[in-house]
Amino acid sequence: MLKCSDLRIEQGDFRLEADIEVGEGVTAVIGPSGGGKSTLLAVIGGFLEPVSGRIEVNGRDLGGLAPFERPVAQLFQDGNLFPHLTIAQNVALGIAPKLSKNPEQDARVTNVLARVGLEGHGNRRPGGLSGGQQSRAALARVLVQDKPLVLLDEPFSALGPGLKAEMLVLAKEVLAADGRTLLMVTHDPTDAERVAGQVLLVAEGKVTGPHDRATLFADPPDALRDYLGD
Amino acid sequence: MSLSRPGGAVAGLMLLLTLGTLGAVAWRAEYASGLARADWAAIRFTVWQAVLSAVLSVGLAIPVARALARRAFRGRSLLVTLLGAPFILPVVVAVMGLLTVFGRRGVVSEGLGTLGLPPLDIYGPWGVVLAHVFFNLPLATRMLLQGWLAIPAERFRLAAALGAPVGRLLERPMLRSVVPGALLVIFLICLTSFAVALILGGGPRATTVELAIYQSLRFDFDLGRTALLALCQFALCAAAAALAFGVTVPDGMGGGLDRVVMRWDGSRWLDALWIGAATLFLMAPLLAIAWRGIGSWPDMPPTVWAAAGRSVAVALISAALAMAFALALALRPGPLATLAGVLPLAASPLVVGTGLFVLVYPFVPPGAAALPVTALVNAMLAVPFGVRVLAPAVAQAEAVHGRLADALGLSGWRRLRVVLLPRLRRPLGFAAGLAAAISMGDLGVIALFAGPGEATLPLEMYRLMGSYRTEAAAGAALLLVSLSLALFWVFDRGGRVAEV
Repeated sequence: MLKCSDLRIEQGDFRLEADIEVGEGVTAVIGPSGGGKSTLLAVIGGFLEPVSGRIEVNGRDLGGLAPFERPVAQLFQDGNLFPHLTIAQNVALGIAPKLSKNPEQDARVTNVLARVGLEGHGNRRPGGLSGGQQSRAALARVLVQDKPLVLLDEPFSALGPGLKAEMLVLAKEVLAADGRTLLMVTHDPTDAERVAGQVLLVAEGKVTGPHDRATLFADPPDALRDYLGD
Repeated sequence: MSLSRPGGAVAGLMLLLTLGTLGAVAWRAEYASGLARADWAAIRFTVWQAVLSAVLSVGLAIPVARALARRAFRGRSLLVTLLGAPFILPVVVAVMGLLTVFGRRGVVSEGLGTLGLPPLDIYGPWGVVLAHVFFNLPLATRMLLQGWLAIPAERFRLAAALGAPVGRLLERPMLRSVVPGALLVIFLICLTSFAVALILGGGPRATTVELAIYQSLRFDFDLGRTALLALCQFALCAAAAALAFGVTVPDGMGGGLDRVVMRWDGSRWLDALWIGAATLFLMAPLLAIAWRGIGSWPDMPPTVWAAAGRSVAVALISAALAMAFALALALRPGPLATLAGVLPLAASPLVVGTGLFVLVYPFVPPGAAALPVTALVNAMLAVPFGVRVLAPAVAQAEAVHGRLADALGLSGWRRLRVVLLPRLRRPLGFAAGLAAAISMGDLGVIALFAGPGEATLPLEMYRLMGSYRTEAAAGAALLLVSLSLALFWVFDRGGRVAEV
């Protein structure tokens, strides 16, 4: 479970406040462009410092922890794989950051690649894979990291609609099924409808929610109407 | 007229200036008895100091560039710009600054004296290396900084998210691709070192090939030995340049170094230490010059001001010629133009000057030729830098507007005037500024051939230093660096303002 208590974020003229609790499963983070969705994830992920407030994951305070020390796994919009490492090496970074593995860890990497449909591709480099396969490889690394909170900042936005839908469903199947909390930033309401039961709304300098996705979309507040295209 | 035709003529001129003048010197030599022991010692020292200077410059630049790449702080942009300054700083000024700080009566030696330690002595081999590191550490830092900034920011973010080793995963691959080119560039620059060796070196232990050429001409007028030494220098440079073809040579003069990539690794204090130490090492000699020179201007002899006027005139002519040559070569892509654009890096300016004198002597009295020959040689020296700046700009302009120009039938001079020159104003300004500043600070050919009343400002300053008129020399140094920077700024700014 993720808990942000009296969180205040400031970047130049930009201000954002959050006081939320998010449980297991997939929660979509939605809102108008420039509202602070990615900024919120960057703060939770440890890449930006909040001005004040507290972030907890399963009761553990994340204050002062470096990104990799946090119980948080992340998929970014781009740059999720090192192009000069093989797929197996990229995935192995999730359990062996110093790149020295033991046979047990090797076996885990092989298993997780099979789970995302990349069996036999471990020795290839990202440049030799399709966009969808690269996304699966990045997903495999998140899976092998085994962290309770997963942040997805539109990691599949570069894929075509059909492939993106397939990846979202796969992400939900392999990640949320293990009891993780997934926070997923998306600009596409259909993404939220496809996989998220709850949404956080980021608008007008505040993060509110979690709201029930169906209820919110049925009667959206003004700030959400443009996002939904109403 | 095709735009590429002048390039052919300029390529021929570069060949004449570099190889033709060497041939002229060899032709006038009455005999060549081979290289003496002292000459072999000069060759060994030349290679040794060039290797050591390159290794130290690049080695020290690595932590400085890394610190600059990952830290944002007030004044960072100015510091990165100032890192380009030693490149256009007159050598004689910088050496004087180094002596003021590190010399026997310098600030550091005084400090050592208070601790009961002996003073430093930077005359000799280590002084030559120190001066080369002073000049080339900033260039190496800029080249490596470009390499760091070329690593996509997302990869650092990913490494931070995973706790992956940034050095091993990201920085070392980049350094493996950038460091060899940086080492070669600095090695090549130090191979042809003259003014540093002239002031700080000399003697059997610290004579470079270029200094040996100077001594051979000035004291013995032994053209045979001069030609042999020049050939050796050419061979050394050609070998280094051949190696450079196989590696990526980073660009230390380019822009885009203002960016800072967010990082979540590294010690802030260690980075501050490296940046602070590098800034102190580079700025202290310059500040020492400014401090000593400011009070000396009223006492400078009139010869200094006359020399300054000559230097500015030579610099302006030199810059104009260099730009004409470089533009002609840039408009003629191909192996001949590429070769012509790099040949001056391997040539000895002293031999080129001597060869020109040999060629013009029957027609022009030597006394009338010193300054024009200096201007021509300085223009030749600036051509490689000019081509390096202009060739990509020409290629870019052709890529964007070439098809339209072809469709409209724009060719020759019209194509240059209407299509290309407007797009080249900014790089032309920058390159002309570089050429003018390099010429202002040059102490080479003029040291050999200047007669009474023909000294340029660097030579006048060198003469003042030699006669222990250090205060006047300090004033001349400040004047020289001010004029060099002013000329660079005027041309560079002019190019930016005129940019389309």
